[in-house]
Amino acid sequence: MSKEIDIKQGIDWTTVWLYAALVFFGWLNIYAAVYNPDNPADSILDIFSLKHRAGVQFMFISLSFLLMLVILFIDYKFYDTFGYIIYAFMILVLIATIFLSTEIKGSRSWIKLGSFSLQPAEFAKTATALALAKYLSTQNVNITRFRDAVVAGLLVFVPPIIIILQKETGSALTFAAFVMVLYREGLSGVYPALGIVFAILFVLSLIFPNYYVIAGIAVLCVAFWYLFLKRFERTRQNLTRIIAVFLLGSFVVLGVDFFVNKVLQKHQQKRVQVLVNPDADPLGAGWNVTQSRIAISSGQFLGKGYLKGTQTKFDYVPEQATDFIFCTVGEEWGFIGSVGVILIFLALLNRLINLAEKQRSKFSRIYGYCVAAILFFHLLVNIGMTIGLMPVIGIPLPFLSYGGSSLWSFTILLFIFLKLDAHRSYKV
Amino acid sequence: MFDNRKQTILGFIFLVGIIYVLRLFYLQVIDDTFHTLGSTNAIQKEIQVPLRGQIYDRNGRLLVANVEVYDMLVTPRKVKSIDTLTFCKLLGITRGYFDSTMNAAKEYSANRTSLFMRQLSKEDYGRIADAMVNFPGFTFEQSFFRTYPGNTMANALGYIGEIPKKQFEEQTVPYYRKGDYIGLTGLEKYYEGELRGRRGVKFMMYDVHGEEKGVYQGGKFDTLAVIGKNLYSSVDIEVQQLADSLFQNKVGSVVAIEPATGEILAMGSYPTYNPSLLSGREFSKNFLSLTRNPDKPLNNRAVSAFYRPGSTFKLVQAAIGLELGVITPSTSFASTGSMFVFHSGPYEASNLNYAIQLSSNPYFYNVFRKIIGNNNEKSPFQSARIGLNVWNGMVAKFGFGRKLGIDLPSETKGLLPDVARYDKVYGKEQWKFSNIYSLSIGEGELGVNVLKLANLCATLANRGYWRTPHLIKGIGANGKGIDSELRKVHKTDIDPKHFEAVVNGMSLVIKQGTGRASNLESVGIEVCGKTGTSQNKKGKDHAIFIAFAPRYNPKIAVACVVENGGFGGVASAPITGLLIEKYLTRKISRQAYKEQVINTRYTTVAASAGAKAAPKPINPDAPEKTPEKPADNKIKPATKPQAR
Repeated sequence: MSKEIDIKQGIDWTTVWLYAALVFFGWLNIYAAVYNPDNPADSILDIFSLKHRAGVQFMFISLSFLLMLVILFIDYKFYDTFGYIIYAFMILVLIATIFLSTEIKGSRSWIKLGSFSLQPAEFAKTATALALAKYLSTQNVNITRFRDAVVAGLLVFVPPIIIILQKETGSALTFAAFVMVLYREGLSGVYPALGIVFAILFVLSLIFPNYYVIAGIAVLCVAFWYLFLKRFERTRQNLTRIIAVFLLGSFVVLGVDFFVNKVLQKHQQKRVQVLVNPDADPLGAGWNVTQSRIAISSGQFLGKGYLKGTQTKFDYVPEQATDFIFCTVGEEWGFIGSVGVILIFLALLNRLINLAEKQRSKFSRIYGYCVAAILFFHLLVNIGMTIGLMPVIGIPLPFLSYGGSSLWSFTILLFIFLKLDAHRSYKV
Repeated sequence: MFDNRKQTILGFIFLVGIIYVLRLFYLQVIDDTFHTLGSTNAIQKEIQVPLRGQIYDRNGRLLVANVEVYDMLVTPRKVKSIDTLTFCKLLGITRGYFDSTMNAAKEYSANRTSLFMRQLSKEDYGRIADAMVNFPGFTFEQSFFRTYPGNTMANALGYIGEIPKKQFEEQTVPYYRKGDYIGLTGLEKYYEGELRGRRGVKFMMYDVHGEEKGVYQGGKFDTLAVIGKNLYSSVDIEVQQLADSLFQNKVGSVVAIEPATGEILAMGSYPTYNPSLLSGREFSKNFLSLTRNPDKPLNNRAVSAFYRPGSTFKLVQAAIGLELGVITPSTSFASTGSMFVFHSGPYEASNLNYAIQLSSNPYFYNVFRKIIGNNNEKSPFQSARIGLNVWNGMVAKFGFGRKLGIDLPSETKGLLPDVARYDKVYGKEQWKFSNIYSLSIGEGELGVNVLKLANLCATLANRGYWRTPHLIKGIGANGKGIDSELRKVHKTDIDPKHFEAVVNGMSLVIKQGTGRASNLESVGIEVCGKTGTSQNKKGKDHAIFIAFAPRYNPKIAVACVVENGGFGGVASAPITGLLIEKYLTRKISRQAYKEQVINTRYTTVAASAGAKAAPKPINPDAPEKTPEKPADNKIKPATKPQAR
């Protein structure tokens, strides 16, 4: 009895409302995406019909309400205590999935449970977050120490490797989000900075011929040597360092070339090329990017109005209800609606990070950062892909995209943190 | 340090947020590529071309009508694995046509429709339509082409054709699409805005497979096609067709006006062409052959040819002379002492009537001299300047040297010399009456088209005013909406009372003078007219005749020019007489005479030399002069005595 009241008081209602707003808005837009203006529904209640995805999503939403309650009623210490066990169990499920799954669109990441399919990869993020939080909050573990960093790295890298084996590259990539957490916990800023430099080199080497990029790096190195280093700094050691930077940069450029042309599969190659030049293949690989752009752009400032979009219906935009749900937002709600969604996400992320910083337990803080990092990474890639700033990577927009696995996994991820946070205030 | 890292992370997150918002702002607000309806692929604009307005004659008979046809369109992306050979056979086209048209369409857009084939007849369409299920990607759009039940008036009606590239690019308000039909000449051009109607636009939704998904937003943005307005012409198709037949074997032009209203009753330019030649699929081929004809059948001579008014202009001189008081109806001039040598015989110009009847050159030389000298200036140079200025102003009121404002696009201004013109030719104050005297008989630096002559005739019939001549007297169902400019009354400076003497002279021209060939006394109509012979350096003179009838309360004023017809009384007067008779009595009493006129042949210099009969350039030397002889029914070469 008392527990119930405590949770009501302790839970961060701001986060809950932001979550609810996103889920509700997502649900409306899923209905818009499946709505057929050619054959309009007689009743407003059509949105609940299980004949289409909006109705199914409503069921998913209802079930996630149950999940919330379950999470909030489980003792908060459970997550800390069972962090590794949950993680280990998840790894087993991921491996089992490869063998148990039925192949859907070339991917072996779905497990069939009766008439529903679940994608364990979605839940692996939560498990990894718990394990990582538990490990980093262990006494004497220090991320700046090489040995500990390697362990943390292993925790983060094992699940995506298995997921890649399931041929679900998009989900695997999201584990890169944990870099943000590691950075917060003391990992040298060099690593994320290197990541960004790597990304820039990656894009440059796609746009320009390799040798131009390498020449560019060389020019920068020489300029750095003569313009930024004072005479006494031009030591043999620093020269060696700069040459190393140059070689590393060149290696990355050539490596990207090799990776794109030799390692990636044809359809993946095209997705990367389309990022640089969507017009190269407007009817093929560029189709998604082009159509998504047309849909969003045609929404203009105020949007076409709810259910009045045309591009996002009639199958022009692929995966309109799932990965490309943001197109529906852009087309029907316009600039106002799109920015609204981004602002709600930013408010949520801001709230989460501030809550995480307030945590007294290290475990809660790190887990909070994990939640923020994962949500942010999805936002970054998903919206970036619909507006043509990111390659087409099939990951959902949290809370908005259609799909039980995705909605439930994000709900679990978020509400575990809210549960932990609820116990911050009255614990001591 | 930890706090610092939190800020860095939040900063990075917000930076991404800002970049995304800016990108969205660019996509949704700034970049308008996909903002207009129909620019996206889900909504496609379907154009419904309305039928073009029809044109009727003054008695409600059709001059221009439409035939419904079907244009075939192609969407290249949808054309998949078709049996090209069967397809070509079905449509009766060559493989080469298919390939080149398809390539052009692909080049334009794979997803949008391009024109594949124009103007399939209803029968062809019916034959092909069923077979089209085997040829996806081809659609039909209803269209039309023009037909001409009256088979006449090609030059005044004009023709329609694909919008010229330049005009397409220079549209201030974008309306026309590439390949749209537009009036290119004549009434089709002048009344394009009324005739074309308004295109309907329908926004249809299509899914990604090209299947129709209904009307966009219940048709909120659609506009209905509005059919073009019909035009009601003042032309009398029977008079017009008679003119067509009378002008067989001749080059020239005829215009008939109802004087009181300015309504044009007939307007012919000859040789003309069959208007259906420039309608339909054979347009380009026929157009080329028409442009190659040395007699320029595409020119509307009625409004754009250049002739000297010749002796018809003497009527203007007479009216001005009377108004200025330099002559009276009984003024006489000796036939000697002018710069024109009057040809032999009893043509002593003892009064104005007689001078008009005989078209006396010396008489009007003197009239003009008096007009020019009608001031107190001693210097002949100064005097000529002042006189010409007054004269110019009064002649201009007759519509000379300006556009009359007819509802046709190609009207020319003609030529009316002013002081500045002679200053330029001779130098300031370096010219006097003896330099410009040829104007007195309508030669020299005067230029008119046939419309202007008809208008002069109407002005005389009205005794001093004219109304803007026009071909169209009603637009649309209620016949309203005509520009009031086209109904304007233009007054001359001449008091109406002075015209009686002039008209009397014109009546004598018909009864016993140079225009006897158009005498209609046998059917009880008093015709008033005047012959003219327009000099033409390239060859034989052009025969001019103007006439109106009846003398009192005139109903029709006609001007007729037969190029290289020689003397006006011979070549043009008979045609004019027959037209007047037809209009006023609805029949021709003299069938044999009509046949004779039809069979008379005048060959133009242009046709025989294959060159264009260019207007005579301004000649500072004393112009040749052409006296006129009484008409007879044979063609006589006009004699050309020396000027001095």
